[in-house]
Amino acid sequence: MRPDDRKYTKAHEWVLLDGDVALFGITDFAVEELCNGNEGDLVYCDLPEEGRTLEAGETFGEIESVKAVADLNAPIGGVVLETNEAIEEHLEILSTDPYKKGWMVKIKPNNKSLDGLMSAAEYEAFVAEKAH
Amino acid sequence: MDTAALQETPLHDVHAALGARMIDFGGWHMPVQYGPILDEVRTVRNACGLFDLGHMGRFHITGPDAIKLVDKVATNFCAKIPVGAIRYALFCLENGNPIDDVLLYREEQDVFIVVNAGNLERDLAHLQEHAEGMDCEVVDQSRELDMLALQGQHSEAILQRVVEDCDLSELKYYRYTWGTLCGIPNVRISRTGYTGEDGFEVYIPPSSSKQVWDSLLTHGADLGLKPIGLGARDTLRLEAGMALYGHEIDDDHNPIEAGLSFGIRFAEEKGDWLGREALLAVKADPKKQLIGITTDGKRVPRQGHKLFRGDTEVGYVVSGSVSPTIETNIGTAYVTLGNEEVGTELELDINGKRQACVVAPQPFYSRTRK
Repeated sequence: MRPDDRKYTKAHEWVLLDGDVALFGITDFAVEELCNGNEGDLVYCDLPEEGRTLEAGETFGEIESVKAVADLNAPIGGVVLETNEAIEEHLEILSTDPYKKGWMVKIKPNNKSLDGLMSAAEYEAFVAEKAH
Repeated sequence: MDTAALQETPLHDVHAALGARMIDFGGWHMPVQYGPILDEVRTVRNACGLFDLGHMGRFHITGPDAIKLVDKVATNFCAKIPVGAIRYALFCLENGNPIDDVLLYREEQDVFIVVNAGNLERDLAHLQEHAEGMDCEVVDQSRELDMLALQGQHSEAILQRVVEDCDLSELKYYRYTWGTLCGIPNVRISRTGYTGEDGFEVYIPPSSSKQVWDSLLTHGADLGLKPIGLGARDTLRLEAGMALYGHEIDDDHNPIEAGLSFGIRFAEEKGDWLGREALLAVKADPKKQLIGITTDGKRVPRQGHKLFRGDTEVGYVVSGSVSPTIETNIGTAYVTLGNEEVGTELELDINGKRQACVVAPQPFYSRTRK
């Protein structure tokens, strides 16, 4: 079971509200799709500039593996406060700990509504369907 | 992924059992990797790899006009290929652009042809159209004959362990012979491949595919033989400077500018053939050229990235990969003439961000040019 303290998107991002800020990341399923369990297959992660305003659903970066490139999309709107620079040099963090150390972007959300996003249980079912 | 509509090779379930990651490749459900792609590339460069090529097309052109037909539709000079030899060629349209690139296996009267999976139907229709009025038959043997490739420096040693009645050390590069493989008589064995390594391709009855696959893996285990997916195959061919239809060549990219002149014969004796006039014009006045690029940046060149020289757009990427063999990111690209010299500094435009790259000699890797 994936962490149920946060919400998930159909594009395999997660968003966690923490007081006045929110964190974005991608799920273990997304990482697995990109690198098939081989963390060495991840080659690049592009994260946004601090201060950038993101709309919900907007592409804020890209992640690239040996054979594929995937967009990173904002689950909710807000202003970028900080990005996780550790990821850019240590992409393996995304394989080993996508839900804690693997956070990508910290934002100040426009509002704290997570309506329309999936719970952990709903995401679980969504992924099971997709993997079938 | 809806995989129900995809075709499966005789080894499909074997790949699944090996834990392969399967993808849709030209309408086929194929293994892209069994483990890390870069490790699979290294396995082929340093030891040996086994590939399922069941998805590729295999035609037999038979009858008195077989060679005449091939010399009309293919760019190489089939009548001049020695019996027992194999040559690279392209099927071009009148405009000089190819519908496929192929290997021609010259027989006494007939010609065996290996084509790309994704172009099979179009190739078949094309050949049949041009065979009208000729005394020959175009037979699609793709489902009667399966195809495996063994690639890497230990290929000969491993294959010889399961081949009777023929000495593989006497089979030269781009030649084929017939042998008994795993007890199956009259198997076509060619010294060919798409990796830049020494290796073989074998054509076997689909009912024997699993037996041959398992036997090869067993007999090659001590020499490091492993199954290799299509992901590594793409990197291997790119490192070795080999074109892939849909990337370096396609309906809009002719073989002259792609650097494939070695597969084209303009000799008068060959007579007229499809695309000859157009390709002569390109040869006389080419507009662009395929080049190799390397980049020290983190991003991998990908098909569609634009190339700039200063502020001027000079070309676009058609293939790219991480290269574990030369330990940098590599790609192929078309540039307008004047930008093709090795060492020319260019920039990739990756979604608006620039990354430096440089024109590199081709091929990136050659086993004979250490």
